[in-house]
Amino acid sequence: MNEHVVDILVIGSGPAGLMAAIEAAKLGVKAVAVIDEKFLLGGQLFKQIHKFFGSKEHYAGIRGFKIGKTLIEEAKNLGVSLLSGTSVVWVFEPYEEIKKVIAHNPEQGTFVIKSKRVIIATGARENVIHFPGWTLPGVMGAGALQTLMNVHRVLPGDDAVVVGSGNVGLIVAYQLIQAGAKVRGIVEALPKVGGWGVHAAKILRLGVPIYLSHTIKEASGGEWVESVTIWEIDKNWKPISGTEKNLDTELVCLAVGMSPNTELTRAIGARHIYLSALGGWVPLHGKNMETTVEGFYVAGDVAGVEEASVAMDEGRIAAISCAEDLGVLDSENAENMKEKIWNRLAELRSGPFSEPRKRAKEVLLREFEKYKPSRLKKYSEVNP
Amino acid sequence: MNSYDLNKYLGVNILGVPREDEYWKYPGIPSVERMRRGPVAVVECFQEIPCDVCEYLCPVGAIKVGHPITNLPVLDQNRCKGCKQCIAGCPGLAIFVVELREDVAKISLPYELLPVPSVGEMVELLDRLGNIVGVGKVIEVLYNERWDDTYVVTVMVPKELAFKVRAIKVKTG
Repeated sequence: MNEHVVDILVIGSGPAGLMAAIEAAKLGVKAVAVIDEKFLLGGQLFKQIHKFFGSKEHYAGIRGFKIGKTLIEEAKNLGVSLLSGTSVVWVFEPYEEIKKVIAHNPEQGTFVIKSKRVIIATGARENVIHFPGWTLPGVMGAGALQTLMNVHRVLPGDDAVVVGSGNVGLIVAYQLIQAGAKVRGIVEALPKVGGWGVHAAKILRLGVPIYLSHTIKEASGGEWVESVTIWEIDKNWKPISGTEKNLDTELVCLAVGMSPNTELTRAIGARHIYLSALGGWVPLHGKNMETTVEGFYVAGDVAGVEEASVAMDEGRIAAISCAEDLGVLDSENAENMKEKIWNRLAELRSGPFSEPRKRAKEVLLREFEKYKPSRLKKYSEVNP
Repeated sequence: MNSYDLNKYLGVNILGVPREDEYWKYPGIPSVERMRRGPVAVVECFQEIPCDVCEYLCPVGAIKVGHPITNLPVLDQNRCKGCKQCIAGCPGLAIFVVELREDVAKISLPYELLPVPSVGEMVELLDRLGNIVGVGKVIEVLYNERWDDTYVVTVMVPKELAFKVRAIKVKTG
């Protein structure tokens, strides 16, 4: 069995993982590796053709896929090893100083990556809702649709109905219009738009109706979706008979939220907490982004579904903490750097949209204090 | 056009699109008087979201977000020269430049669809809910590599539509 030995292994190459690797390499950590099960590195960034929000530190104003290119380029230039198409199968001896991560890819087979610190940045997966006809071809998640449209440049239907008016639903509706599709409507169960007004305004002014307090009743068709029936729901989320409307469409795009990918944080035995504002079960972590299992850190959507800007900053914090732990960065500098980023995160999480997530993160951080691990000896102390 | 009546849902907190009575209260909206004096940015960013791109796009420092980053952008309408440099860079496509003349208005808006219209072309004028409210002439199409596929299109519209028109539809075929 092959063996690789690194100082920091980052699992997941989205904005959190790439930023963590870049920051660690910049701080002088020698062997940094990023591993991703997908053949295309960059996580969701390459599906995002819109310009990102945030500030300069988060590449705001630049289209997502270009941020992906920039980050990958930067990581390469800093000497970070990038391993695509490689899955993590399991983690052995998570409580030892040196972690043994079992990975697999078709070329090398199964091999071990030994790493002093591991940053888990596995992101989130899409939620699904079920309705009669949901298995018909043409019903797909927003992520799948974006992969087809924006990565492979295949428009899988001439018209679409989007379910969910969060930012993902609103953005994908706009991208569908850009790709030349007709968006028949957005269906939203709440009595108000879930995402940002600026995203809603973009599609409303192009004539897309948003059906508030509506849900999907069924999708119908022969071999694939030909139409959907939507109906109104009352305050108790009960559908109201007689309010059915039929919309002719070839596509039903589900954009109904995301849940953190916690398989690996479960595998290492980290403690989790259920916080619906963060997408469900999330691993507890402290202000260092360390989980309840020493030496394992989290960053990005796996630590709570938020924005890419937040993911990048959490990646940076995890990297700084690891670098400090490994003895390449002194504590005073590390504390200053982390404080600066935490202040920036507090700003990003201010405002009415982030309020529930901000409160949930506070609960998570408080809960971590009860279960935080006793510190490992710093690596520099073990290997002077 | 919207076959579904969205008018009843108008309001920043419901649809994200303001009602007329809400509109003028926002710090990114210049006065009608200022629009009469010449082109000026109209920053239609109505919710506290974490973004300050516009602050850096303005070459004369007429848009301020400051800290926290979720502040609403504040337009200094006297400093703004209406140079249109902010339009294409706003990730929310929420900035327009409006100029009110005697009987017409010029509206500059971001455009990210195909085909891109040409100067002189007549296009359909769409309001905030996508209703076709008239036809207008394209009088300018700006592009800069930095804008990365976002064009800035200026249309001439009847004066009474200056606060209504926020998108155009290029006639195809």
